[in-house]
Amino acid sequence: MNARRTALWLFGAALLVAPAFLMSGYRLFQLTSMAVYAVAILGLDIVTGYTGQVSLGHGAFYAIGAYTGAILMTQFGWPYWATLPAGGAAAALVGYAVGFPALRLTGPYLALVTYALAVAVPQILRARALESWTGGAQGIVVTAPDPPAFLPLSQDAYLYLFTLAVAALLFLLARNMLSGRQLRAMIAVRDHALAAEAAGIDIARVKTRAFAVSAGITGVAGALGAIVVQFVAPDSFAATLSIALFVGLVVGGSASLPGALAGAAFVQFVPNLAETVNKSAPGVIYGVLLVAALYLMPSGVAGALRRTLPARLRTSTSPGKATPLPNKGATIHVD
Amino acid sequence: MWTRRTLLATATAASLAPLGRARAAAMPGVTATSIKIGNTNPHSGPASSYGAIANAEVAFFKMVNDQGGIGGRMIDFITLDDAYSPPKTVEQTRKLVEQEGVAFLFNSLGTPTQTAVRAYLNSRKVPQLFISTGADKWADPEHFPWTMGWQPSYRTEATIYAKYIQHEKPSGRIGVLYQNDDFGKDYLLGLKDGFGAAYDRMVIKEVSYETTDPTIDSQVVTLQSSGADVLVTAATPKWAAQTIRKAAELNWKPLHFMSNVSVSVGSVLKPAGLENAAGLITGAYLKDATDKRWDNDPGMQQWRQFMAKYMPGADLTDGNHVFGYGVSVTLMQVLKQCGDDLSRANIMKQAASLDNEEVPTLLPGIRVSTSATNFHPIRAMQLQRWTGSTWDLFGDVITA
Repeated sequence: MNARRTALWLFGAALLVAPAFLMSGYRLFQLTSMAVYAVAILGLDIVTGYTGQVSLGHGAFYAIGAYTGAILMTQFGWPYWATLPAGGAAAALVGYAVGFPALRLTGPYLALVTYALAVAVPQILRARALESWTGGAQGIVVTAPDPPAFLPLSQDAYLYLFTLAVAALLFLLARNMLSGRQLRAMIAVRDHALAAEAAGIDIARVKTRAFAVSAGITGVAGALGAIVVQFVAPDSFAATLSIALFVGLVVGGSASLPGALAGAAFVQFVPNLAETVNKSAPGVIYGVLLVAALYLMPSGVAGALRRTLPARLRTSTSPGKATPLPNKGATIHVD
Repeated sequence: MWTRRTLLATATAASLAPLGRARAAAMPGVTATSIKIGNTNPHSGPASSYGAIANAEVAFFKMVNDQGGIGGRMIDFITLDDAYSPPKTVEQTRKLVEQEGVAFLFNSLGTPTQTAVRAYLNSRKVPQLFISTGADKWADPEHFPWTMGWQPSYRTEATIYAKYIQHEKPSGRIGVLYQNDDFGKDYLLGLKDGFGAAYDRMVIKEVSYETTDPTIDSQVVTLQSSGADVLVTAATPKWAAQTIRKAAELNWKPLHFMSNVSVSVGSVLKPAGLENAAGLITGAYLKDATDKRWDNDPGMQQWRQFMAKYMPGADLTDGNHVFGYGVSVTLMQVLKQCGDDLSRANIMKQAASLDNEEVPTLLPGIRVSTSATNFHPIRAMQLQRWTGSTWDLFGDVITA
């Protein structure tokens, strides 16, 4: 069994690495973008999927990460890889601050507050006070890193593998974080806050921490995105980005790590698909596909897989729904 | 089964392949019977009204193909949606270059979106031709020899205003109201180009606003109290309307020049009050499809026939269709000049060798000219004045 598991893991890893050697630059760029979206959606999943706090503003955290990275690279000469933790930290800080209103607001009200953030950030990025850093409406052109001399890879292949490695690392971190006591506390807050509190869970701490970690991961995705696209501008982070991430989360299946990957695929490829179907009204086709996806897979791609795959093939990385809580509130073990 | 025939065929193919490849490498996107051209445009999202430009181009190239194509080649024009989002523009542009293998990019739209792909296209030596943006930075052949705009830049427009003021009102005291970003600052640069050494004497007040300011009232009051009798406003529509309205409220009647991105009747003049805007001056370079004076104009008749046949039912008052037609005609001239050498280098070279070309939808007297050092295809405009009910062209064409 263990050997089989290892083999499966190796097979999966090979499958992910293979495109770097098989695909053209443009296709690799698409896959790289998808990996970046997957990380961003993973971040959103922590606060919305697992902790139940709806955020329509994660595009703002993504933008903060992207700008932090771009500014550090172009104006302070940081190496590209070092900008990722910095972008994540900057976004996490803002996320932590946003976590406080989340203590008092729930459901649609919190969604609106976060949405306000998504609407405000592109405007703030244009502000004159910040222009010497942000470049105003013109944005910042970033030079993508060349692969290290000892690697015989194209720039696209290298960026893909680099992004893949970062994404894998973050998914692993998330998987470890989303386990045991912490996971149960988050799910308890999501499913029955009152009972969670009665059981001794510090709701404020769970929520603000979830917000900070969530924003931080999405911020790392932003910094990655800046390197991959080689450009940041306020128009890159319109409020629609936040909505796209939310769509990815729901379509992929919330509270599921593989779901984030499926959601990213939807965000990356379905608009293109819609365009090939009908050039004059891609929005309509996109809408129809979205409704169809939700109708056919009401709990997202991850939910559909859970129902159809035989139990032994299921991974243990989808604990949100896979480990249902026994008697809400009654037998949760905390602290 | 390997027969002698298949062996022979394979051998022949193999020996011919390098030849074919060599030719394809020299002229990517071009075959003996076709030329592939790419474009990105916002077909969806908040800026999707610009999609009309690309739609007009699709129709235009269909017309060209119906008439036998260009030099015996059919035009395969591919326009992709970028929703005005720079990351999407990068993706779609790379798709066009790497997947579709287009010869070049034509009239893609947007300043941030095109900034995002400029380095990529220049490093790959793919022409980024006649892009739809008014920023002045595109005319930089020294650093970006594969990039060229088409329409007069904001800076060119402001230079034209300066020239007119110097000629008609040399003792004018000029106030400038500008949006504090690259768009607004291009106008300041243009006025400096136009006035030269006289700038400091003529411009007595520069006032800026932020798009985050709630109103523009205090700026207008400041300008009025500075004693200016000429006002140049470099504002986007919402602020333009506020400026016109506030000046009227203050009963201030300067000779008012307005950025030509903010002269739409629907989105600026009506909100400002059609009467309040009377006397407003702006620069124009395209013929206005709603202007009666062009009813019998051969150029606009040509455009109307095109619209009737290839875009039936489309909005004839939408200036984007006039724009799309004009820029496409310019491209046809470039391709004609290329003859049989449709290599990327020659396409760029011919685009930079346009000599006083006439375009049917441009105002009479406005021609398209470029050179190895001049990447501003249109450098002239004619002024027009709002009468309270229509735009009225006046004076000569002014070249920046």
